[in-house]
Amino acid sequence: MNSETLNTLDSYSKNKYKYGFVTEIDDEKPKKGLNEDTIKFISLKKNEPEWMLDWRLKAYSKWKKMKEPKWANLSFPEIDYQDIYYYSAPKGFEKKPKDLSEVDPKLIETYNKLGIPLEEQKVLAGVAVDVVFDSVSVATTYKGELEKLGIIFCSIGEAIQKHPDLIKKYLGSVIPPGDHSFSALNSAVFTDGSFVYIPEGVKCPIELSTYFRINAENTGQFERTLIIADKGSYVSYLEGCTAPKRDDNQLHAANVELIALEDAEIKYSTVQNWYPGDEDGKGGIYNFVTKRGLCAGKNSKISWTQVETGSAITWKYPSCILKGDNSIGEFYSVAITNNFQQADTGTKMTHIGKNTKSKIISKGISLGKSQNTYRGEVSFLRKADKARNYTQCDSLLVGNQCGAHTVPYIDSKNNTAVIEHEASTSKINEDQLYYCRQRGLSHEEAVSLIVNGFCKQVLQELPMEFAVEAQKLVSISLEGSVG
Amino acid sequence: MFLEIKDLSVKIENKNILKSLNLNINKGEVHAIMGPNGSGKSTLANVLAGKEDYEILDGRINFKDNDLFDLNIEERAQEGLFLAFQYPVEIPGVNITPFLHSAINSKRKRMNEEEIDNLSFAKLLKSKASDLGINIDMLKRSVNTGFSGGEKKRYEILQMSILNPDLAILDETDSGLDIDALKIVTDGVNKLKTKDNSFLIITHYQKLLDYIKPDYVHVMVNGSIVKSGGSEIAAEIEKDGFQKFQ
Repeated sequence: MNSETLNTLDSYSKNKYKYGFVTEIDDEKPKKGLNEDTIKFISLKKNEPEWMLDWRLKAYSKWKKMKEPKWANLSFPEIDYQDIYYYSAPKGFEKKPKDLSEVDPKLIETYNKLGIPLEEQKVLAGVAVDVVFDSVSVATTYKGELEKLGIIFCSIGEAIQKHPDLIKKYLGSVIPPGDHSFSALNSAVFTDGSFVYIPEGVKCPIELSTYFRINAENTGQFERTLIIADKGSYVSYLEGCTAPKRDDNQLHAANVELIALEDAEIKYSTVQNWYPGDEDGKGGIYNFVTKRGLCAGKNSKISWTQVETGSAITWKYPSCILKGDNSIGEFYSVAITNNFQQADTGTKMTHIGKNTKSKIISKGISLGKSQNTYRGEVSFLRKADKARNYTQCDSLLVGNQCGAHTVPYIDSKNNTAVIEHEASTSKINEDQLYYCRQRGLSHEEAVSLIVNGFCKQVLQELPMEFAVEAQKLVSISLEGSVG
Repeated sequence: MFLEIKDLSVKIENKNILKSLNLNINKGEVHAIMGPNGSGKSTLANVLAGKEDYEILDGRINFKDNDLFDLNIEERAQEGLFLAFQYPVEIPGVNITPFLHSAINSKRKRMNEEEIDNLSFAKLLKSKASDLGINIDMLKRSVNTGFSGGEKKRYEILQMSILNPDLAILDETDSGLDIDALKIVTDGVNKLKTKDNSFLIITHYQKLLDYIKPDYVHVMVNGSIVKSGGSEIAAEIEKDGFQKFQ
């Protein structure tokens, strides 16, 4: 074990960040910094066709002219884009391993520590995992099963090679590269991520899952995920994240696009516990994520569920464009901030079609000296007759040095729209704590129980196994924060 | 001595509530404290449970060879002190099963006993609930949330029967109960009573004592116990009120 690993283990034991270990693998990366050569390097490494490189370079030229969006209630030093590695792949991974025996045992060990059931026999529980280790997909489980149904579940890199028509048609169709600077950046330098296509009428029988993990130091992580649910199909997708502990800040700018055609439904669940920084606010992930779903067809439905407990900075607004008549968009969110974490998260629901419905349930919990903002925009365009939105934003404050903010925007161009909005902010109730402690629970257990209860409306939207993990994560996030 | 309260004086926000209060309870005894509103009955219950809003001016409390003031709220609970609340608080989203399961295991941990697993606990909870005539559907709801007054009190008794305390304090558990609910609650208490545990029942009315026979009745007025005796005192109060004790 070298000194860095020892240091990491040491700090891990001090700070209780369970996933703060580093895997020792030689990796291969281009020089630091962003320019056309970086993009060409990435494209070459991934053996991409010419049209993909052109697409990336166009996005890059847009990015050069753009400034970061500034609306969020966040403060952080300026990001030096020339001080970041844009590609990192464990050596010898240009060719994907055929089975697990070809995979570096250290990688397997890492996943075991994270509790990911990589080997097929461990996946009998019903989760197919497309694992992203830094930038290259390592192994995809359950692929055969899914292929029989015509379901495509692979890395985005593989999809570019094998399914160019779908990529050309849909990539960037929901989040145009020029949307804002982070989407342009991602479009220029994205390295890997997942691709899902569910054919017409197929209900995907298992939860699809990607476990993202940032490993190499100073590597920006730029995943790109694209999910297409064809007419009458259904898919539930899970995304979980952990990152090893670092003292430097790392940048993460993912783009996720969902497309639901007529009568299709996509359920997308995230548990995000990237390293949040230490008690003094040092280190941690900067998480600037763009997630957007398009309900393209009639009666389609997209549902986002997120549990955000990590990252030094979270900037994230999973949104729905409700274009098809009778389409439904949902957003369920728990965001917990502790110490010096800052979260500015929420959603955008854009009602275009008739009878479209959206529902927003947001639960923010602030502890320590953290700042937690819900920011949401609900808009009804002119043709959105009889559209409805229901929004509920609840904030819970633990301690008196943290902040909770709610910033809802509503914009209606159609006077038949129905909008309901409920918001509450409360401090953790002393009588509840007294009651729990009188039954023998410690102060911390009592807080954890009450907070979990506060989040229940959202947690119960998660797939069963995920919900149990999320509850544990909620408790871990509260540890040491009460006294 | 099982519980010994000696010369206890307590104030809250510059107001003296308890004044040199003395009370001794032995194992296997049932004590009732009666008194008019504002006499300090609930303060006594909360001071015993360890609520932090009170200032202890003088005196001491011993419980099972512990100086009670050395223990915090949860440690007292784990030592076997249970308070059935007058107004049980709602905890939305928290189901009773994990709630009580954690509670019973934290007590077992302190007593160096083996923890009880999920399945055995679920069975225990169901059987206790049916003993007390509590509908199983009630166990699916969040703690006290949306319960009627009577339901909340029954729920307190259910928790008490699961945690099986050495000393149970019932703070005006009878208030707001109709006769049927009162019977369920008092039946529960009578079933739980053994020669090894004790009860301190705080009540405003004599009614409760028709169903639970106390060994001792104390009259509390203005923060002190002014008279102690047997159940004949309850009958006296029923007849003449608290006037003559003030």
